[in-house]
Amino acid sequence: MKIRTAFAAITAALMASTAAQAGDVRLMWYSDGVEGEVIKDLIDRFNKDNPDIKVILDDVGYKVVQEQLPVELEAGRGPDIARVTNLKTLADHWLDLTPHIADAEYWKTNFGDQFDWMRPDGSDIIPGFMTQLTLTGGFANKTLFEQAGVELPGPDATWDDWVEAAGKVQDSQQLNAAFVVDRSGHRISAPIVSYGGNYIGPDRLPAPIDDGVKTFATKLVDWTEAGRMNKETWVSAAGTTYRPGIDDFINAQVAYYYSGSWQIAALSSKIGTNFDWVATGSPCGTAGCSGLPGGAALVGIKYTKNAEDVGKVMDYLASEEIVREFTERTLFLPAHKGVAAGAIDFKTEDANVKGALDVFVKATGNVIETANALPAWSWATPVYGVLVTRISQVMAGEMSIDDAFVRMDEDIKALVEAAK
Amino acid sequence: MSAAGGLVKTAGAIVTAPVRLLARLLDAPLSALQRLGGTNGMAAFFLLPNMAIFGVFVLFPLVVNIVYSTTGGTALFLANRNFVGAAQYQRLFSCDSYLDPKSCSEDLFWTAVWNTVAFVSVQVVLMVVVALITALVLNRDLRARSFWRAVFFFPVLLSPVVVGLIWRWILQRQGLANLGLYEMGFAPINWLVERNWAFAASVGVSVWAHVGFYALILLAGLQAIPKDLYEAAEMDGTRPARVFWRITLPLLMPNLLVVLVLVLIRAVQIFDEVYVLTGGGPGTATLYLTQYIYEVGFASALRNPGLASAASILMGLVLIVLTLFQLGIVRRNASKGQS
Repeated sequence: MKIRTAFAAITAALMASTAAQAGDVRLMWYSDGVEGEVIKDLIDRFNKDNPDIKVILDDVGYKVVQEQLPVELEAGRGPDIARVTNLKTLADHWLDLTPHIADAEYWKTNFGDQFDWMRPDGSDIIPGFMTQLTLTGGFANKTLFEQAGVELPGPDATWDDWVEAAGKVQDSQQLNAAFVVDRSGHRISAPIVSYGGNYIGPDRLPAPIDDGVKTFATKLVDWTEAGRMNKETWVSAAGTTYRPGIDDFINAQVAYYYSGSWQIAALSSKIGTNFDWVATGSPCGTAGCSGLPGGAALVGIKYTKNAEDVGKVMDYLASEEIVREFTERTLFLPAHKGVAAGAIDFKTEDANVKGALDVFVKATGNVIETANALPAWSWATPVYGVLVTRISQVMAGEMSIDDAFVRMDEDIKALVEAAK
Repeated sequence: MSAAGGLVKTAGAIVTAPVRLLARLLDAPLSALQRLGGTNGMAAFFLLPNMAIFGVFVLFPLVVNIVYSTTGGTALFLANRNFVGAAQYQRLFSCDSYLDPKSCSEDLFWTAVWNTVAFVSVQVVLMVVVALITALVLNRDLRARSFWRAVFFFPVLLSPVVVGLIWRWILQRQGLANLGLYEMGFAPINWLVERNWAFAASVGVSVWAHVGFYALILLAGLQAIPKDLYEAAEMDGTRPARVFWRITLPLLMPNLLVVLVLVLIRAVQIFDEVYVLTGGGPGTATLYLTQYIYEVGFASALRNPGLASAASILMGLVLIVLTLFQLGIVRRNASKGQS
């Protein structure tokens, strides 16, 4: 009798666990700054209020999202929801949330401007929403500039002006380098566009390498050879490997750092009161002073078995109240129109942060059309990779810049061929 | 019979009873199988589980990899990939001169090939020599000998990623190595940005991480050499160098050859610790073949599994040659031992 009772109890427990699994929603998340803690808190609250759905937060490294998630998606698997930056290339794997969310109009009104960034060309699905908008831009170590007695260049300063000013700080303060740009094709594409570059051909396929690319790539190589740009960030890696320059800026080893708005929270928490820093927007080229828009999106995955639950979780995370809280606590620029239109009370005591956020909001007005088109172009990420690989080789002395331009065109041609 | 003895007997009966029952149950079908297939058939039957595992996890992926290398496109599933024949191999071999990677359409593949050849040439010699010296030292009557053996073996236990990270922290511009140089009044060196230093670092770190394993194999060989040979040499007043060349080295040769081939195979496959340490840079100075395959097949925005498979098949062929070489050595040693 006892055995029978035990058997029945085990069966009941197993059935209960199966029932719980039916409502499981796995959310793959990566963090740049403090947003991992914020999302955990938000999800805990959702789980408490919705006992029939269990959201499991898988906090992973960015490399996992970049390299492992695409393979899983190709195999028709993956989490139910994921936070991703490779929005367009993987667009075929996103779930159309339209039938699963409460109010599609709310989504279209508040997030609709960025839907084309993350859905297949010509499609009208609602794949998810941008957790934040980002804009590439620079940060200057104000304290180092003051100590060196060098004026911070004004809002219309060119890349040459910034490098020259930062170079004076480098010489005066005996820094390792004047400035650093993240080793990323995305990052250098903003200045390339500012020098008139355009990757998108008339047929929406990659255009041949143009003067805009040539101008800025040549400058970057020259500045690196001259010891102005930190060589280690770009040269000590091969291929498309991403290397951020943030540690050099945080450790006051460079006077100027070109990255983007998503670094604000990390700079605030890691620099603290060690020195004053300011955001500078994007330096100017011959065609403008553009940053490159972008951001991370939260998307539903097509292969989920819990589409209804995914819709409920997405509705919760995309609600105005939650987006506002997420924005205020993470110090990100919101993609939600309603939140952006209202007053945002960023939760920080750091005066550097509020100033930086104002600068980035203002800089969104300087974004030129070619930069705006890139997030919705499916070839952007592959082209970024080619640029990084070849420019790094030039910096390492392996090939001339002219050879690199020839190779870039050949690489891009080979990518297009291979994708057929 | 004592109570304890009775207890042991009862326990033995409890254990053996089900075994006997199982043997009785299996007896009939196994006897039938033996009558049908003979002794060889029985051997094949018992090998089946291993063959199945080998087939699923080794043979099948190998065949799939070969098929992938004849397809194009970025899709992962074979059904979605188009057959391109030998086009991926043609692309890899499309060169004006194989000695000049710049003349090849896949210049990074040939850069990786020649980097791997350079790495193997230097690392294998260095690894074998350092492992031999380490084994010889550890075989001596040192104080705290076990401690020193452990010190040399511990890096083998570390994950390659940990090894790469540790050495990256030591060798980066503001790392411990430069702090040491600075304290001694020398100018800092950009270890991971200068081509030659980065190459040397990749070789050195690899040797540091694995030398303990090979030293252990050689140490076992050294301890198997009969002591009386050394005693006789000592009585004859033979110089230590002559003892090494005439006794130690010839008798250690079987172990040394095995170590040589194992080091060679591992050197061709180098990836993990170097990937973390240098990322393949500066430029492409430490981009080795496995990293090339990984980048093309997994890390780039538009993956090219066909090209990566073709490159990995070529690398596999090299490894097969090295493995056959190792088998040949082992067989030759075995036959020498018998004669």
